[in-house]
Amino acid sequence: MSCCAPGAEMALDLESSMLILPSSQEIRLASRSLGADLRQTDLSVPTVHCAACIQTIETAMGKLDNVEGARVNLSTKRVAIRWRGAQVPPFVAALGRLGYEAHLFAPEVDEKDKTLAELIRAVAVAGFAAANIMLLSVSVWSGAEGATRDLFHWVSALIAIPALAFAGGIFFRSAWNALRHGRMNMDVPIAVGVSLAYAMSLYETINHGEHAYFDASVSLLFFLLIGRTLDHVMRERARTAVKGLSQLAARGAMVLRADGARDYLPVGEIEPGMQLLIAAGERIPVDGKIIQGASDLDCSLVSGESTPKNVASGEAVQAGVLNLTGPLTIEATAAAKDSFLAEMVRLMEAAEGGRAHYRRVADRVSTLYAPVVHLTAFVTFLGWMAATGDWHRAMTIAIAVLIITCPCALGLAVPIVQVVAARRLFESGIMVKDGSAMERLATIDTAVFDKTGTLTLGQPRLVNSGSIDPVMLAIAADLAAHSRHPFSKAIAGFAIPGWQHKFDAVTEHPGFGIEATDAGSTWRLGRRGWAGWKARTGGEGKHGYGGTVLTKNGMIVASFVFQDALRADACATIDRLKHAGMSVEMLSGDTAAACAEVAQGLGVDDFVPCLLPSGKVERIETLAKNGHKVLMVGDGLNDTPALRAAHVSIAPATAADIGRNAADFVFLRESLLAVPLALDVSRKAGSLIRQNIAIAIVYNAVAVPIAILGHVTPLIAAIAMSASSLLVIGNAMRLRSSVPGSQVKEVRPSRRSDTNELARS
Amino acid sequence: MTTLIYLIPVALFLGALGLGGFLWALRSGQYEDLDGAAERILIDRDDGAENATRSK
Repeated sequence: MSCCAPGAEMALDLESSMLILPSSQEIRLASRSLGADLRQTDLSVPTVHCAACIQTIETAMGKLDNVEGARVNLSTKRVAIRWRGAQVPPFVAALGRLGYEAHLFAPEVDEKDKTLAELIRAVAVAGFAAANIMLLSVSVWSGAEGATRDLFHWVSALIAIPALAFAGGIFFRSAWNALRHGRMNMDVPIAVGVSLAYAMSLYETINHGEHAYFDASVSLLFFLLIGRTLDHVMRERARTAVKGLSQLAARGAMVLRADGARDYLPVGEIEPGMQLLIAAGERIPVDGKIIQGASDLDCSLVSGESTPKNVASGEAVQAGVLNLTGPLTIEATAAAKDSFLAEMVRLMEAAEGGRAHYRRVADRVSTLYAPVVHLTAFVTFLGWMAATGDWHRAMTIAIAVLIITCPCALGLAVPIVQVVAARRLFESGIMVKDGSAMERLATIDTAVFDKTGTLTLGQPRLVNSGSIDPVMLAIAADLAAHSRHPFSKAIAGFAIPGWQHKFDAVTEHPGFGIEATDAGSTWRLGRRGWAGWKARTGGEGKHGYGGTVLTKNGMIVASFVFQDALRADACATIDRLKHAGMSVEMLSGDTAAACAEVAQGLGVDDFVPCLLPSGKVERIETLAKNGHKVLMVGDGLNDTPALRAAHVSIAPATAADIGRNAADFVFLRESLLAVPLALDVSRKAGSLIRQNIAIAIVYNAVAVPIAILGHVTPLIAAIAMSASSLLVIGNAMRLRSSVPGSQVKEVRPSRRSDTNELARS
Repeated sequence: MTTLIYLIPVALFLGALGLGGFLWALRSGQYEDLDGAAERILIDRDDGAENATRSK
C-alpha cells in the first residue's frame, strides 16, 4: 500500500463517515487491567497504513489526559492504549477526529500465539544444529579419517540431541498422537526415520563406522519445520486480521432497574423482563419489545432490507439491528442465547457438515504417502537381508530410503504456495482464513451473490440530485447533517462547503424527520405527509415523487428519490466471473421488483427473491446436490448460514461480525473485483501446488530406486533433499509476478465533506 | 588436531550466541510488528515523542 500524506488517510468505506462511538462503559468492559490502576485497551484501526499514521496516532493519544502511552501495531492494525484513572479517556473520539475509525474487539489476553513461538524456536534450534553438524559432516566428506572422524561424529551426536528433543518433539508428539488413535499421518515416517537414523548413526559412531546420518536427520527436521511454520503463519496472520476488524456488535446495554437505577451489563447477563435503554446509534443486544419511544431501525444486517424500518412502541425488535434516530426503551423478551443471533448460529452449525469433510490436498497426499514410504523401506530392508544376510547393511540402506523419501519437498510444497498466494491477496485487500479455502475456491463453478450490501453497498444514494434546486438541496443537506438516518447521510453529502443556512432550532422527530426554524419559516425534511402535502414545484423529473421531501411552511419545495448504489465494479465482476466459466446467481430477501432491477443492470441470469435465511441455505444445498460447487458472496447476518453451507464463501469487511467469521475470504475494499481476483490467484495457486507435488513425486521416483540399490551416500542424500526443497520454493515464488491484469485498484473515497464532520461531532 | 579442540567449542559457542540472541529478540517481542518496524525508521521525532512511544 502506498504511503500517504498526513491527514489524507481516509476510511475504507463511506459508511464510516457515520461513526458510532462505543460508550465509555463498553470500553471499560473491554479493557484489561495491567495492575496498579493501569489499564490497557486494544482498538482495531483498519485504516492505519504508514509511518505518518503511526506518528499521528501515537502523538495524539499521548497528549490526552490520563493516557500513559499508545503503541500502534501496523501488522495487525491495532492500537494498544495504556491509561489510568476512573474516567475513560476519549480516545475513540480523538481517533475519529483524526480520521481513523476505531473498533473495540474482545481482547485475547492469554491467546498469544504460543504455537507460533514454539515453532519459531524449534526452527531456530534445528537451524543452529543443522548448520553446525553440516560443517562437521563436510569435513568428514572431504576426507577426515580415523580419530578425527570419530571426534566429529561424536560432536555431531551431541549437537543433535537437543535438536531432536526440542525441535523433533513437535513431530514425535504428533506422530504418537496419530498412532495412539490408530491413524497414520505424515509425521509418523518423519519420526520413525529421524529416530532410526539417529540410533543407527550412534551405533556407527560407537563402532568407528564411516557413515553417520546425523546431518540428514537434523536438516530434515529443519526443512520440515520451515514448512510447518509457514503454514501456521499464513493461517494465523489472516485470522488475526479478520478478528481485528470486528465491528461493534453490542457488548452490553444500559439496564433500567425497577428502582430507577441504571446499570451497564454485559450481554450475557441480560435476562428476559429487564428494561433496556437503547440510545440512537446503538445496536439492540437482545430480542425485545419496545415499551417506549419511536425510531427508525436499520435492519440491513438482519434481513438484508436496506430501507430503514419505522418502529413505535409495542413492536418487537430483533437482536443485531441498529437503532438509528431516537432513543428507545425496550423490554428484553429473550436472553442473548435464545435470540435471533443464536438461531443463526444454530442454522450455521447445521449447514456446516458439508464442508467439514473437505480435506486439504496435502492431507490427502500424505495419507497415501506415509504407508507407501514405510512399505518401501521395509521391503528394501527385507530384500537386502535376503540378498546379503547382512542386517547392518540392510538397515543402513532402509534408513537411507526412509530419509531420502522423507517428504521435505512435499511438506513445503503446499504451505509455501499458500503463503505466497495469501500475501498476494492480502496486498490486494483480501484476507484468507486458511489454506484449504483457496483450494476450495479453485474448484467452484457457480457463484451466488447476495443482493443488499454485497452487489449493492446497502446505502441509499440520491439519484435525482440534478433535478433539485441547488439552494434547496444545500438547505436540505444542512438539515440532514443533524441526523443519522441513511437517507440523511445521502443528502448531507451535497452540502456546499462554507455555506451555512441559519437555523434557530433543529429537532429530530424519530421516525418522521427533522424540523428546523429560521427567520419566519419552518423547514421540515422527512416523510411526505408529516412534512407537508402541497407541492410548490413540479420539476421532479423522470423519477417522480419520492417519499422523502423538504418542505417550507408545509409546502413541498424538493422531493428526493433514493436508490441503493451498486458496489464499484459489480458489473465488471459479473462479466469476469462469467468469462471464467461460472454461472452467476443472485439470492435476496428483498422484493422481486428490486431484485429484477439489479439483476438486469448487472446481467445476472438467475435470481431468487424474498428468501428467508433458511431459504438461501436450501437453494445452495439444491445446487450442491446437482453437483455444483458453490461460491457464496454475502454480507448480512441473514446470509451467514448460507456462507457456511456453500463450498466456499466471501464476505466484504463491512459484513456483520458473525458473517465475517463464517466466510473463508474477507475483502476490505469497496470493489467487488476482489472476487474474480481471489478466484484467479486461487486457481493459479492450485496449479502451482499440483506442480510442486509433481516435482516432489518425480524427485522421489528418481531418488528412491537409487537409494534402494544402495548407492546413496549421506552427501547425495543431503544435496538431493535440499535441491528438491529449493526447487519447490522457487516454483512457488512464480506466483508473485503472475496473475496478470486483475489488480484491484484501491478505492479511496474523496475527502469527507464538512457536513459529515459536523454530523459526527 | 589439537587446534580442533579449541576451534570446535569456539564455533559452537559463537553459533549458540547467535541462537541465544535470536531467541531473546523473539521473546522480547521484536518480531511482533515487522511492518511497523519498517515504517518507524521514517518517523523523525524529538526526544519527547520518543519517550512517549518508547515507554512500553
